[in-house]
Amino acid sequence: MRISIRVPAQLRTLTGGAGEVAVDGSTVGEALKALDAAHPGFAGRLFDDAGQLRRFVNVFLADEDVRFLDGLNTLVTDGQTLSIVPAVAGG
Amino acid sequence: MDFVTGLRCRECGRAYPAEALHVCDYCFGPLEVTYDYERIGATVTRERIASGPRTIWRYGDLLPVADANPVDLGAGFTPLVRADRLAAELGLGELWIKDDTVNPTGSFKDRVVSVALTKARQLGFKVAACASTGNLANSVAAHAARAGMDSVVLVPSDLETAKITMTTVYGGRVIAVEGNYDDVNRLCAELASERPSWAFVNVNVRTYYAEGSKTLAFEVAEQLGWQAPDHVVVPIGSGSQLTKVAKGFDELGRVGLLDEAPSVRISGAQAEGCSPVATAFAEGTDAIRPVKPSTIAKSLAIGNPADGWYALDVIRKSGGSCASVTDDEILEGIRLLARTEGIFAETAGGVTIATLAKLAAQGVVRSDERVVAMVTGHGLKTVEALSGTAGPSATITPTLDAFDEAFDRLEEFDSTGGPTTANLSVQVARSN
Repeated sequence: MRISIRVPAQLRTLTGGAGEVAVDGSTVGEALKALDAAHPGFAGRLFDDAGQLRRFVNVFLADEDVRFLDGLNTLVTDGQTLSIVPAVAGG
Repeated sequence: MDFVTGLRCRECGRAYPAEALHVCDYCFGPLEVTYDYERIGATVTRERIASGPRTIWRYGDLLPVADANPVDLGAGFTPLVRADRLAAELGLGELWIKDDTVNPTGSFKDRVVSVALTKARQLGFKVAACASTGNLANSVAAHAARAGMDSVVLVPSDLETAKITMTTVYGGRVIAVEGNYDDVNRLCAELASERPSWAFVNVNVRTYYAEGSKTLAFEVAEQLGWQAPDHVVVPIGSGSQLTKVAKGFDELGRVGLLDEAPSVRISGAQAEGCSPVATAFAEGTDAIRPVKPSTIAKSLAIGNPADGWYALDVIRKSGGSCASVTDDEILEGIRLLARTEGIFAETAGGVTIATLAKLAAQGVVRSDERVVAMVTGHGLKTVEALSGTAGPSATITPTLDAFDEAFDRLEEFDSTGGPTTANLSVQVARSN
Protein backbone atom coordinates (compact mmCIF):
# COMPACT_ATOMS: atom_id res chain seq x y z
CA MET A 1 0.00 0.00 0.00
CA ARG A 2 1.25 3.47 -0.81
CA ILE A 3 0.18 6.11 1.67
CA SER A 4 1.05 9.71 2.42
CA ILE A 5 2.45 10.77 5.80
CA ARG A 6 2.01 14.34 7.00
CA VAL A 7 4.98 15.52 9.04
CA PRO A 8 4.71 18.28 11.68
CA ALA A 9 6.98 21.32 11.58
CA GLN A 10 9.04 19.98 14.49
CA LEU A 11 10.21 16.98 12.40
CA ARG A 12 10.69 18.62 9.01
CA THR A 13 14.41 18.99 9.63
CA LEU A 14 14.46 15.22 9.00
CA THR A 15 12.70 15.48 5.61
CA GLY A 16 14.59 18.43 4.19
CA GLY A 17 11.60 20.64 4.92
CA ALA A 18 8.93 18.46 3.27
CA GLY A 19 5.57 18.42 5.06
CA GLU A 20 4.33 15.32 3.28
CA VAL A 21 6.13 12.10 2.40
CA ALA A 22 4.87 9.05 0.44
CA VAL A 23 5.80 5.61 1.80
CA ASP A 24 4.84 1.94 1.38
CA GLY A 25 3.55 -0.38 4.10
CA SER A 26 0.57 -2.49 5.06
CA THR A 27 0.15 -1.24 8.64
CA VAL A 28 0.65 2.06 10.47
CA GLY A 29 3.76 0.64 12.14
CA GLU A 30 5.26 -0.49 8.83
CA ALA A 31 4.55 2.86 7.23
CA LEU A 32 6.34 4.67 10.06
CA LYS A 33 9.30 2.29 9.80
CA ALA A 34 9.43 2.98 6.05
CA LEU A 35 9.44 6.69 6.87
CA ASP A 36 12.43 6.15 9.16
CA ALA A 37 14.23 4.15 6.46
CA ALA A 38 13.72 6.94 3.93
CA HIS A 39 14.51 9.72 6.41
CA PRO A 40 16.64 8.34 9.25
CA GLY A 41 15.86 9.81 12.68
CA PHE A 42 12.09 9.41 12.80
CA ALA A 43 12.11 6.19 14.83
CA GLY A 44 14.05 7.80 17.67
CA ARG A 45 11.64 10.71 17.80
CA LEU A 46 8.42 8.72 17.54
CA PHE A 47 9.07 5.55 19.54
CA ASP A 48 10.18 4.89 23.09
CA ASP A 49 12.68 2.21 24.13
CA ALA A 50 9.92 -0.41 24.10
CA GLY A 51 9.05 0.39 20.50
CA GLN A 52 5.72 2.03 21.40
CA LEU A 53 4.64 5.47 20.29
CA ARG A 54 5.89 8.09 22.75
CA ARG A 55 3.30 9.44 25.17
CA PHE A 56 3.15 12.83 23.47
CA VAL A 57 3.00 11.62 19.87
CA ASN A 58 -0.43 11.25 18.28
CA VAL A 59 -0.87 9.44 14.98
CA PHE A 60 -4.06 9.78 12.97
CA LEU A 61 -5.07 7.57 10.05
CA ALA A 62 -7.63 9.30 7.81
CA ASP A 63 -8.19 11.76 10.70
CA GLU A 64 -8.91 9.02 13.27
CA ASP A 65 -6.58 8.56 16.28
CA VAL A 66 -4.94 5.14 15.77
CA ARG A 67 -5.45 4.46 19.48
CA PHE A 68 -9.16 4.19 18.67
CA LEU A 69 -8.24 1.74 15.90
CA ASP A 70 -5.66 -1.02 16.22
CA GLY A 71 -2.68 1.15 17.15
CA LEU A 72 0.49 0.44 15.19
CA ASN A 73 -1.12 -2.74 13.85
CA THR A 74 -3.90 -0.83 12.13
CA LEU A 75 -4.13 -1.85 8.48
CA VAL A 76 -3.81 0.92 5.90
CA THR A 77 -5.34 1.12 2.45
CA ASP A 78 -3.88 2.61 -0.70
CA GLY A 79 -4.05 6.39 -0.86
CA GLN A 80 -4.77 7.02 2.82
CA THR A 81 -3.13 9.83 4.76
CA LEU A 82 -1.35 9.29 8.06
CA SER A 83 -0.71 12.38 10.23
CA ILE A 84 1.90 12.70 12.95
CA VAL A 85 0.73 15.39 15.39
CA PRO A 86 2.24 16.57 18.67
CA ALA A 87 -0.18 15.60 21.45
CA VAL A 88 0.34 18.72 23.50
CA ALA A 89 -2.19 21.18 22.14
CA GLY A 90 -5.54 22.58 23.10
CA GLY A 91 -7.41 23.21 26.31
CA MET B 1 10.99 43.39 32.43
CA ASP B 2 10.05 39.75 32.92
CA PHE B 3 11.91 37.13 34.95
CA VAL B 4 11.74 34.35 32.37
CA THR B 5 14.92 32.35 31.92
CA GLY B 6 13.62 30.27 28.99
CA LEU B 7 11.55 27.20 28.21
CA ARG B 8 12.27 23.63 29.28
CA CYS B 9 10.84 20.28 28.23
CA ARG B 10 8.92 18.68 31.07
CA GLU B 11 9.87 15.23 29.84
CA CYS B 12 13.53 15.30 28.83
CA GLY B 13 14.68 18.62 30.28
CA ARG B 14 16.04 20.12 27.04
CA ALA B 15 16.21 23.93 27.15
CA TYR B 16 14.69 26.26 24.56
CA PRO B 17 14.58 30.05 24.10
CA ALA B 18 11.39 31.94 25.07
CA GLU B 19 9.91 31.92 21.57
CA ALA B 20 6.70 30.58 19.99
CA LEU B 21 7.44 26.96 20.85
CA HIS B 22 5.19 24.52 22.66
CA VAL B 23 6.65 21.04 22.30
CA CYS B 24 10.13 19.58 22.49
CA ASP B 25 11.62 18.87 19.05
CA TYR B 26 13.10 15.62 20.37
CA CYS B 27 10.45 13.86 22.46
CA PHE B 28 7.37 16.01 21.78
CA GLY B 29 7.03 16.68 25.53
CA PRO B 30 5.38 19.95 26.58
CA LEU B 31 7.56 22.99 27.17
CA GLU B 32 7.27 24.85 30.46
CA VAL B 33 8.27 28.45 31.18
CA THR B 34 11.14 28.68 33.65
CA TYR B 35 11.77 31.71 35.85
CA ASP B 36 14.53 33.13 38.00
CA TYR B 37 12.70 32.70 41.30
CA GLU B 38 15.54 34.22 43.31
CA ARG B 39 15.23 37.48 41.42
CA ILE B 40 11.43 37.38 41.64
CA GLY B 41 11.70 36.75 45.38
CA ALA B 42 13.97 39.77 45.74
CA THR B 43 11.49 41.96 43.82
CA VAL B 44 7.94 40.90 44.54
CA THR B 45 6.17 41.84 47.77
CA ARG B 46 2.57 41.77 48.97
CA GLU B 47 2.61 45.57 48.90
CA ARG B 48 3.91 45.71 45.33
CA ILE B 49 1.07 43.42 44.27
CA ALA B 50 -1.54 45.37 46.25
CA SER B 51 -0.53 48.58 44.46
CA GLY B 52 -0.99 46.95 41.04
CA PRO B 53 -4.07 46.92 38.83
CA ARG B 54 -7.15 44.96 39.89
CA THR B 55 -6.53 42.43 37.13
CA ILE B 56 -4.24 39.44 36.56
CA TRP B 57 -1.49 41.93 35.74
CA ARG B 58 -0.98 42.74 39.44
CA TYR B 59 0.95 39.43 39.41
CA GLY B 60 3.08 40.46 36.42
CA ASP B 61 6.33 39.47 38.16
CA LEU B 62 5.13 35.84 38.04
CA LEU B 63 3.83 35.93 34.46
CA PRO B 64 5.84 34.99 31.34
CA VAL B 65 5.64 38.38 29.65
CA ALA B 66 6.13 41.94 30.83
CA ASP B 67 4.41 44.78 29.01
CA ALA B 68 3.48 48.23 30.30
CA ASN B 69 0.35 48.08 28.15
CA PRO B 70 -0.79 44.45 28.00
CA VAL B 71 -3.65 43.13 25.84
CA ASP B 72 -6.14 43.58 28.65
CA LEU B 73 -9.92 43.72 28.99
CA GLY B 74 -9.72 43.52 32.76
CA ALA B 75 -9.42 39.78 33.29
CA GLY B 76 -9.01 38.49 36.79
CA PHE B 77 -9.20 39.68 40.38
CA THR B 78 -12.66 38.15 40.40
CA PRO B 79 -14.61 37.75 43.65
CA LEU B 80 -13.80 35.01 46.14
CA VAL B 81 -17.21 34.49 47.69
CA ARG B 82 -17.74 32.90 51.10
CA ALA B 83 -20.42 30.26 50.43
CA ASP B 84 -21.99 29.49 53.80
CA ARG B 85 -25.40 28.50 52.45
CA LEU B 86 -23.89 26.05 49.97
CA ALA B 87 -21.51 24.76 52.66
CA ALA B 88 -24.50 24.06 54.95
CA GLU B 89 -26.22 22.05 52.20
CA LEU B 90 -23.09 19.99 51.60
CA GLY B 91 -22.16 19.53 55.25
CA LEU B 92 -18.95 21.49 54.82
CA GLY B 93 -17.37 24.15 57.02
CA GLU B 94 -15.42 26.98 55.37
CA LEU B 95 -16.26 26.99 51.66
CA TRP B 96 -15.40 29.64 49.09
CA ILE B 97 -16.40 30.03 45.46
CA LYS B 98 -13.89 31.58 43.07
CA ASP B 99 -16.41 33.32 40.84
CA ASP B 100 -14.75 33.52 37.44
CA THR B 101 -18.11 33.96 35.72
CA VAL B 102 -17.58 37.72 35.98
CA ASN B 103 -14.55 37.94 33.69
CA PRO B 104 -14.87 40.23 30.64
CA THR B 105 -16.11 37.49 28.30
CA GLY B 106 -17.62 35.39 31.05
CA SER B 107 -14.99 32.74 31.71
CA PHE B 108 -11.53 32.12 33.13
CA LYS B 109 -10.21 31.95 29.57
CA ASP B 110 -9.71 35.72 29.68
CA ARG B 111 -6.81 35.11 32.06
CA VAL B 112 -4.93 32.84 29.68
CA VAL B 113 -5.76 34.79 26.53
CA SER B 114 -4.65 38.11 27.98
CA VAL B 115 -1.25 36.54 28.70
CA ALA B 116 -1.07 34.66 25.38
CA LEU B 117 -1.90 37.62 23.16
CA THR B 118 0.36 39.99 25.06
CA LYS B 119 3.21 37.57 24.41
CA ALA B 120 2.07 36.90 20.83
CA ARG B 121 2.07 40.63 20.07
CA GLN B 122 5.55 40.95 21.59
CA LEU B 123 6.74 38.10 19.34
CA GLY B 124 5.39 39.97 16.32
CA PHE B 125 2.25 37.96 15.49
CA LYS B 126 -0.61 39.77 13.73
CA VAL B 127 -3.19 36.95 13.72
CA ALA B 128 -4.61 35.18 16.77
CA ALA B 129 -6.07 31.70 16.28
CA CYS B 130 -7.29 28.83 18.44
CA ALA B 131 -9.19 25.57 18.71
CA SER B 132 -11.97 26.06 21.19
CA THR B 133 -14.96 24.54 22.94
CA GLY B 134 -16.43 28.06 22.98
CA ASN B 135 -15.13 29.99 25.97
CA LEU B 136 -11.68 30.33 24.47
CA ALA B 137 -13.19 31.36 21.14
CA ASN B 138 -15.11 34.17 22.86
CA SER B 139 -12.03 35.37 24.64
CA VAL B 140 -9.61 35.17 21.72
CA ALA B 141 -12.00 37.06 19.45
CA ALA B 142 -12.54 39.78 22.06
CA HIS B 143 -8.89 40.23 23.02
CA ALA B 144 -7.79 40.17 19.37
CA ALA B 145 -10.30 42.95 18.68
CA ARG B 146 -8.90 44.92 21.61
CA ALA B 147 -5.34 44.43 20.36
CA GLY B 148 -6.19 45.24 16.74
CA MET B 149 -5.21 41.74 15.65
CA ASP B 150 -7.13 39.54 13.23
CA SER B 151 -8.60 36.37 14.68
CA VAL B 152 -9.44 32.94 13.31
CA VAL B 153 -11.16 30.59 15.71
CA LEU B 154 -12.13 27.00 15.04
CA VAL B 155 -14.96 25.42 17.01
CA PRO B 156 -17.05 22.24 16.86
CA SER B 157 -20.15 22.99 14.76
CA ASP B 158 -22.55 21.75 17.49
CA LEU B 159 -21.58 24.42 20.04
CA GLU B 160 -24.10 26.35 22.12
CA THR B 161 -25.65 29.24 20.17
CA ALA B 162 -24.53 31.87 22.67
CA LYS B 163 -20.90 30.87 22.31
CA ILE B 164 -21.03 31.11 18.51
CA THR B 165 -22.85 34.45 18.56
CA MET B 166 -20.52 35.88 21.17
CA THR B 167 -17.51 34.97 19.06
CA THR B 168 -18.79 36.37 15.78
CA VAL B 169 -19.76 39.76 17.23
CA TYR B 170 -16.11 40.74 17.69
CA GLY B 171 -15.52 40.62 13.96
CA GLY B 172 -13.10 37.74 13.68
CA ARG B 173 -13.44 34.69 11.48
CA VAL B 174 -15.25 31.74 13.03
CA ILE B 175 -14.82 28.37 11.36
CA ALA B 176 -17.29 25.70 12.51
CA VAL B 177 -15.80 22.25 12.10
CA GLU B 178 -17.94 19.15 11.66
CA GLY B 179 -16.54 17.07 14.45
CA ASN B 180 -15.86 17.15 18.18
CA TYR B 181 -13.31 19.27 19.99
CA ASP B 182 -10.59 16.65 19.58
CA ASP B 183 -11.11 16.78 15.81
CA VAL B 184 -10.90 20.58 15.87
CA ASN B 185 -7.81 20.46 18.04
CA ARG B 186 -6.08 17.96 15.77
CA LEU B 187 -6.85 20.17 12.79
CA CYS B 188 -5.43 23.22 14.60
CA ALA B 189 -2.30 21.34 15.65
CA GLU B 190 -1.75 20.47 11.97
CA LEU B 191 -2.62 24.00 10.81
CA ALA B 192 -0.01 25.40 13.19
CA SER B 193 2.66 23.66 11.09
CA GLU B 194 1.26 25.15 7.88
CA ARG B 195 0.60 28.69 9.12
CA PRO B 196 3.56 29.54 11.34
CA SER B 197 2.77 33.26 11.13
CA TRP B 198 -0.41 32.78 13.19
CA ALA B 199 -0.40 32.70 16.98
CA PHE B 200 -2.50 29.67 17.89
CA VAL B 201 -3.02 30.53 21.54
CA ASN B 202 -3.40 26.91 22.63
CA VAL B 203 -0.86 25.45 20.23
CA ASN B 204 2.31 27.36 19.39
CA VAL B 205 1.93 29.93 22.20
CA ARG B 206 0.33 27.45 24.61
CA THR B 207 3.40 27.53 26.83
CA TYR B 208 2.66 31.17 27.74
CA TYR B 209 -1.13 30.88 27.55
CA ALA B 210 -1.26 28.12 30.16
CA GLU B 211 0.68 30.25 32.66
CA GLY B 212 -2.29 32.64 32.90
CA SER B 213 -4.20 30.07 34.96
CA LYS B 214 -1.67 30.45 37.78
CA THR B 215 -3.40 33.74 38.60
CA LEU B 216 -6.37 31.76 39.98
CA ALA B 217 -4.09 30.46 42.73
CA PHE B 218 -2.44 33.85 43.26
CA GLU B 219 -5.81 35.57 43.71
CA VAL B 220 -7.24 32.93 46.01
CA ALA B 221 -4.22 33.21 48.29
CA GLU B 222 -4.23 37.01 48.28
CA GLN B 223 -7.99 37.15 48.89
CA LEU B 224 -7.61 34.77 51.83
CA GLY B 225 -5.12 37.21 53.39
CA TRP B 226 -2.06 35.55 51.84
CA GLN B 227 -2.93 32.09 53.01
CA ALA B 228 -3.32 28.99 50.89
CA PRO B 229 -6.56 27.00 51.22
CA ASP B 230 -6.50 23.36 52.32
CA HIS B 231 -8.38 21.93 49.36
CA VAL B 232 -9.26 23.20 45.89
CA VAL B 233 -11.72 21.62 43.46
CA VAL B 234 -10.92 22.35 39.80
CA PRO B 235 -12.75 21.23 36.64
CA ILE B 236 -10.71 19.22 34.12
CA GLY B 237 -10.95 19.67 30.36
CA SER B 238 -7.39 19.50 29.04
CA GLY B 239 -6.06 19.43 32.62
CA SER B 240 -3.99 22.55 32.04
CA GLN B 241 -5.84 24.76 34.53
CA LEU B 242 -5.50 22.22 37.33
CA THR B 243 -1.74 21.83 36.86
CA LYS B 244 -1.26 25.59 36.73
CA VAL B 245 -3.30 26.19 39.88
CA ALA B 246 -0.88 23.81 41.60
CA LYS B 247 2.11 25.61 40.06
CA GLY B 248 0.67 28.94 41.22
CA PHE B 249 0.46 27.92 44.87
CA ASP B 250 3.93 26.39 44.68
CA GLU B 251 5.40 29.59 43.26
CA LEU B 252 3.86 31.73 46.00
CA GLY B 253 5.76 29.60 48.50
CA ARG B 254 9.00 29.77 46.52
CA VAL B 255 9.09 33.55 46.22
CA GLY B 256 8.17 34.15 49.86
CA LEU B 257 4.65 35.54 49.44
CA LEU B 258 3.27 32.95 51.88
CA ASP B 259 4.53 32.55 55.44
CA GLU B 260 5.00 28.83 54.98
CA ALA B 261 5.22 26.42 52.06
CA PRO B 262 1.65 25.71 51.00
CA SER B 263 0.15 22.22 51.19
CA VAL B 264 -2.98 22.30 49.06
CA ARG B 265 -4.99 19.19 48.18
CA ILE B 266 -6.18 19.50 44.61
CA SER B 267 -9.18 17.52 43.37
CA GLY B 268 -10.39 17.27 39.80
CA ALA B 269 -13.96 17.39 38.47
CA GLN B 270 -15.09 15.80 35.21
CA ALA B 271 -18.35 15.02 33.44
CA GLU B 272 -19.08 11.31 33.33
CA GLY B 273 -19.55 11.51 29.55
CA CYS B 274 -15.93 12.66 29.21
CA SER B 275 -13.90 11.43 32.15
CA PRO B 276 -10.58 10.01 30.99
CA VAL B 277 -8.71 11.49 33.96
CA ALA B 278 -11.27 10.43 36.59
CA THR B 279 -11.29 6.93 35.08
CA ALA B 280 -7.49 6.64 35.25
CA PHE B 281 -7.59 7.94 38.83
CA ALA B 282 -10.22 5.38 39.83
CA GLU B 283 -8.31 2.56 38.14
CA GLY B 284 -5.02 3.57 39.72
CA THR B 285 -3.21 3.69 36.39
CA ASP B 286 -0.95 6.27 34.75
CA ALA B 287 -2.34 5.57 31.30
CA ILE B 288 -5.05 7.95 30.21
CA ARG B 289 -7.20 6.35 27.53
CA PRO B 290 -8.76 8.88 25.16
CA VAL B 291 -12.57 8.79 24.92
CA LYS B 292 -15.26 10.08 22.57
CA PRO B 293 -17.06 12.72 24.64
CA SER B 294 -20.81 12.74 25.21
CA THR B 295 -21.84 15.33 27.78
CA ILE B 296 -23.72 18.60 28.13
CA ALA B 297 -20.54 20.08 29.63
CA LYS B 298 -19.14 20.97 26.22
CA SER B 299 -16.46 23.27 27.56
CA LEU B 300 -14.92 20.23 29.27
CA ALA B 301 -15.56 17.79 26.42
CA ILE B 302 -11.94 17.01 25.61
CA GLY B 303 -11.56 13.27 25.13
CA ASN B 304 -7.81 13.38 24.66
CA PRO B 305 -6.59 15.80 27.35
CA ALA B 306 -3.13 17.21 26.60
CA ASP B 307 -2.28 17.72 30.28
CA GLY B 308 -4.30 14.80 31.61
CA TRP B 309 -1.25 12.89 32.75
CA TYR B 310 0.17 15.87 34.60
CA ALA B 311 -3.20 16.67 36.17
CA LEU B 312 -3.40 13.10 37.45
CA ASP B 313 0.10 13.40 38.88
CA VAL B 314 -0.75 16.67 40.67
CA ILE B 315 -3.95 15.20 42.11
CA ARG B 316 -2.22 12.09 43.44
CA LYS B 317 0.82 13.89 44.87
CA SER B 318 -1.36 16.50 46.58
CA GLY B 319 -3.59 13.91 48.26
CA GLY B 320 -6.62 15.02 46.29
CA SER B 321 -9.16 13.01 44.37
CA CYS B 322 -10.88 13.01 41.00
CA ALA B 323 -14.51 12.17 40.33
CA SER B 324 -17.07 12.49 37.58
CA VAL B 325 -20.77 13.39 37.57
CA THR B 326 -23.72 12.71 35.27
CA ASP B 327 -25.49 15.28 33.13
CA ASP B 328 -28.42 15.32 35.60
CA GLU B 329 -26.03 15.93 38.47
CA ILE B 330 -24.41 18.75 36.46
CA LEU B 331 -27.77 20.49 36.05
CA GLU B 332 -28.52 20.01 39.74
CA GLY B 333 -25.08 21.47 40.52
CA ILE B 334 -25.90 24.56 38.47
CA ARG B 335 -29.24 25.00 40.29
CA LEU B 336 -27.74 24.32 43.70
CA LEU B 337 -25.07 27.01 43.30
CA ALA B 338 -27.59 29.47 41.88
CA ARG B 339 -30.22 29.03 44.59
CA THR B 340 -27.78 28.98 47.52
CA GLU B 341 -25.26 31.63 46.46
CA GLY B 342 -26.79 33.61 43.61
CA ILE B 343 -24.10 32.59 41.13
CA PHE B 344 -25.20 31.28 37.74
CA ALA B 345 -22.54 29.01 36.31
CA GLU B 346 -22.22 27.32 32.96
CA THR B 347 -22.22 23.53 32.73
CA ALA B 348 -18.54 23.31 33.71
CA GLY B 349 -19.44 25.08 36.98
CA GLY B 350 -22.19 22.52 37.45
CA VAL B 351 -19.54 19.82 37.06
CA THR B 352 -17.40 21.46 39.74
CA ILE B 353 -20.24 21.91 42.23
CA ALA B 354 -21.70 18.44 41.66
CA THR B 355 -18.26 16.88 42.06
CA LEU B 356 -17.68 18.93 45.21
CA ALA B 357 -20.99 17.59 46.55
CA LYS B 358 -19.97 14.04 45.69
CA LEU B 359 -16.52 14.34 47.26
CA ALA B 360 -18.04 15.97 50.37
CA ALA B 361 -20.53 13.10 50.70
CA GLN B 362 -17.64 10.64 50.39
CA GLY B 363 -15.72 12.47 53.13
CA VAL B 364 -12.87 13.25 50.71
CA VAL B 365 -13.51 16.99 50.96
CA ARG B 366 -13.80 17.46 54.73
CA SER B 367 -15.72 19.86 56.95
CA ASP B 368 -12.51 20.82 58.80
CA GLU B 369 -10.89 22.04 55.59
CA ARG B 370 -10.84 25.49 54.06
CA VAL B 371 -12.18 24.64 50.61
CA VAL B 372 -12.23 26.63 47.35
CA ALA B 373 -14.27 25.59 44.30
CA MET B 374 -13.34 27.08 40.92
CA VAL B 375 -16.45 28.21 39.04
CA THR B 376 -15.01 29.11 35.67
CA GLY B 377 -17.75 30.24 33.30
CA HIS B 378 -21.07 32.09 33.17
CA GLY B 379 -24.42 30.32 32.92
CA LEU B 380 -25.76 32.53 30.15
CA LYS B 381 -23.31 30.84 27.80
CA THR B 382 -24.97 27.44 28.17
CA VAL B 383 -28.52 28.43 28.92
CA GLU B 384 -29.84 25.76 26.51
CA ALA B 385 -28.71 23.12 28.97
CA LEU B 386 -31.49 24.24 31.31
CA SER B 387 -34.18 24.65 28.69
CA GLY B 388 -37.19 22.49 29.44
CA THR B 389 -36.38 22.53 33.13
CA ALA B 390 -36.53 26.26 33.82
CA GLY B 391 -39.38 28.65 33.12
CA PRO B 392 -41.80 31.04 34.77
CA SER B 393 -43.71 29.84 37.85
CA ALA B 394 -46.92 30.97 36.17
CA THR B 395 -48.05 32.90 33.10
CA ILE B 396 -50.97 35.28 33.68
CA THR B 397 -53.04 38.10 32.19
CA PRO B 398 -52.03 41.56 33.48
CA THR B 399 -54.65 41.83 36.26
CA LEU B 400 -54.47 41.78 40.07
CA ASP B 401 -56.98 38.95 40.22
CA ALA B 402 -54.96 36.82 37.91
CA PHE B 403 -51.84 37.49 39.96
CA ASP B 404 -53.57 36.59 43.23
CA GLU B 405 -55.04 33.46 41.78
CA ALA B 406 -51.75 32.27 40.30
CA PHE B 407 -49.73 33.28 43.36
CA ASP B 408 -52.07 31.51 45.76
CA ARG B 409 -51.52 28.35 43.84
CA LEU B 410 -47.77 28.81 44.30
CA GLU B 411 -48.16 29.89 48.00
CA GLU B 412 -45.87 27.61 49.98
CA PHE B 413 -43.21 29.97 51.29
CA ASP B 414 -40.68 28.72 53.74
CA SER B 415 -40.07 30.42 57.09
CA THR B 416 -37.52 32.85 55.62
CA GLY B 417 -40.13 34.29 53.30
CA GLY B 418 -38.90 32.85 50.03
CA PRO B 419 -40.54 30.18 47.94
CA THR B 420 -38.90 26.79 48.11
CA THR B 421 -37.69 25.60 44.78
CA ALA B 422 -39.01 22.10 45.30
CA ASN B 423 -42.52 23.34 45.99
CA LEU B 424 -42.46 25.68 43.05
CA SER B 425 -41.47 23.00 40.61
CA VAL B 426 -44.16 20.69 41.96
CA GLN B 427 -46.75 23.44 41.65
CA VAL B 428 -45.70 24.30 38.14
CA ALA B 429 -45.90 20.70 37.11
CA ARG B 430 -49.39 20.45 38.60
CA SER B 431 -50.67 23.67 37.03
CA ASN B 432 -49.56 22.45 33.63
